[in-house]
Amino acid sequence: MAANAGTVPAAPGARRSLAPGLSIGLSTLYLSLIVLLPLAALSWRAHGWGAVSTPQAVAALRLTLGLSVAVALVNAVFGTAIAWTLVRDRFVGQGFVNALVDLPFALPTIVAGLTLLALYGPKSPVGINAAFTRWGLLLALLFVTLPFVVRTVQPVLFELDREMEDAAASLGAGRVTTFLRIILPSILPAILSGVALAFARAVGEFGAVVLISGNLPFKTEVVSVYVLGRLESNDSGGAAAASVVILLISFGVLLAIGGLRRWVTRHDR
Amino acid sequence: MIEARGIVKRFGDFTALDGVSVDVPTGSLTALLGPSGSGKSTLLRVVAGLEQPDAGEVSLDGEDVTRLPPQSRGVGFVFQHYAAFKHMTVWDNVAFGLTIRRRPRSEIKQRVTELLDLVQLSGLAKRYPAQLSGGQRQRMGLARALAVDPKVLLLDEPFGALDARVRKELRIWLRRLHDETHTTTVIVTHDQEEAMDVADRVVVMNAGRVEQTAPPRELYDHPANEFVMSFVGPVNRLGDTFIRPHDVELLLEPNGSTQEAMVQRLVHLGFEVRVELVRDDGETLSAQLTREQVETLELQHGQIVYVRPTHQTVFAD
Ligand SMILES: Nc1ncnc2c1ncn2[C@@H]1O[C@H](COP(=O)(O)OP(=O)(O)OP(=O)(O)O)[C@@H](O)[C@H]1O
Ligand SMILES: [Mg+2]
Repeated sequence: MAANAGTVPAAPGARRSLAPGLSIGLSTLYLSLIVLLPLAALSWRAHGWGAVSTPQAVAALRLTLGLSVAVALVNAVFGTAIAWTLVRDRFVGQGFVNALVDLPFALPTIVAGLTLLALYGPKSPVGINAAFTRWGLLLALLFVTLPFVVRTVQPVLFELDREMEDAAASLGAGRVTTFLRIILPSILPAILSGVALAFARAVGEFGAVVLISGNLPFKTEVVSVYVLGRLESNDSGGAAAASVVILLISFGVLLAIGGLRRWVTRHDR
Repeated sequence: MIEARGIVKRFGDFTALDGVSVDVPTGSLTALLGPSGSGKSTLLRVVAGLEQPDAGEVSLDGEDVTRLPPQSRGVGFVFQHYAAFKHMTVWDNVAFGLTIRRRPRSEIKQRVTELLDLVQLSGLAKRYPAQLSGGQRQRMGLARALAVDPKVLLLDEPFGALDARVRKELRIWLRRLHDETHTTTVIVTHDQEEAMDVADRVVVMNAGRVEQTAPPRELYDHPANEFVMSFVGPVNRLGDTFIRPHDVELLLEPNGSTQEAMVQRLVHLGFEVRVELVRDDGETLSAQLTREQVETLELQHGQIVYVRPTHQTVFAD
């Protein structure tokens, strides 16, 4: 019987019901071990919730969220534009640019932070001093989140049915109309995925911002750095509490983006 | 009326259209027939403005449109692979051309309702293209193209991706639609039966050139050259003589003008029977007979018969 099992093809119906059960089980187990368990442990350790409502903590939370939303939006626009250029245009050095996009991923974020500080810091060779300002933070976060939208939109744009655009043109649509009504709705799910990733990454980023931010409370202190500060003052409970709050907010934002994405892909179901 | 004059289109150093001139009279249904790669789609796309020709002119109803972008040409285009707007419902797909022209709501509603009726999709207006069959998608594509009252309707192998039965149904339906609307229509196909069935004029293309333009009957009876002769129907080639299988007569006794041949195979195609023969000089040919004729002659595999062409064509070069 057991020896036979491998050679007897399962009935299509049986396979269809078995595989999802198995895959759901496996995915749940994996996610629990890798994501949920550490998060639960984190929540367990969180106490001193009062620390979260201190003006300093609230300022850090607001700054982090504001920056992350800004980063996600800027990426939505420029990431899409870069993906467009990479897919639709032909130019010398295209392969080079394409490889360049992933570089922020390859660089250890602390190195990225150092580099940005050298470039846009007090001794900036290009004459821009953004160190210890929110602009500096924004720059650092844009740098590390650049690849997300580009890499989610690029393949979708590549696979996009060009004849849809021909059809729109023959029906009287100019370039702008075709982009807004045909192309954009088709790549919007991919943009949203990229935006969600960029947002999440921006919320959690530490290495790239710790140097350039200068950690000025109420001004340039983001949550990840604030948490480090709590830890250094031996307040691990408060650190965990702040982390849990930012995680919950992020989770809410990601759920909302996911819902939006499901809504814009309703035609696929 | 579509007039294309001396159209040349190159892709790199490959010449897809090599000086093509075609006239499509107002109100006609013209088929562009040719083998794969002969440039049919390219010609259609040049007419629609989706492709810029390297030389030549296109005019629609007497207006030179060669430099006009597709959106200003007033041309309806139907694509082989539907090119449905996947994120829009059937209704929104059909309404697209009117919506972007900012027509009043009531007018759009009336026109789309009318068109969905015409293509028999009224019940499916709220569906998305992914929830339609191929035939339904293509009817949606047709309604979408018709919505803006195009001067000409261009169909690029509209039924190419459908199975044989649906294909036949749709082309009869298209013919009826054309008889009602009289929109000047060009349909691309590489299926000679489809071209002959649906069109009142056929343009035969080969390797980026036009070989012949004629009504279906004339094309079949008086093909301009070897290529057209063999493309529009089955043909036997004996030396420089061409004989259609139904122009081959089989006799049991020789008479002065007959040649001896042996029956190699009998292929029953319903009412008709294809008889494959090999002549004493080794040449093979096929004859098309009715079942009755085969029974009267009592044809058998291996039997010796005498062949006489009732009609044959020789092309002078
Ligand atoms: N965008 C393009 N780039 C390069 N070559 C092309 C392009 N479009 C068409 N061609 C070439 O031009 C020739 C004619 O193509 P076309 O699509 O017009 O043929 P067709 O007659 O429509 O064939 P089919 O029946 O297979 O659709 C082909 O050899 C094709 O490879
Ligand atoms: Mg084609």
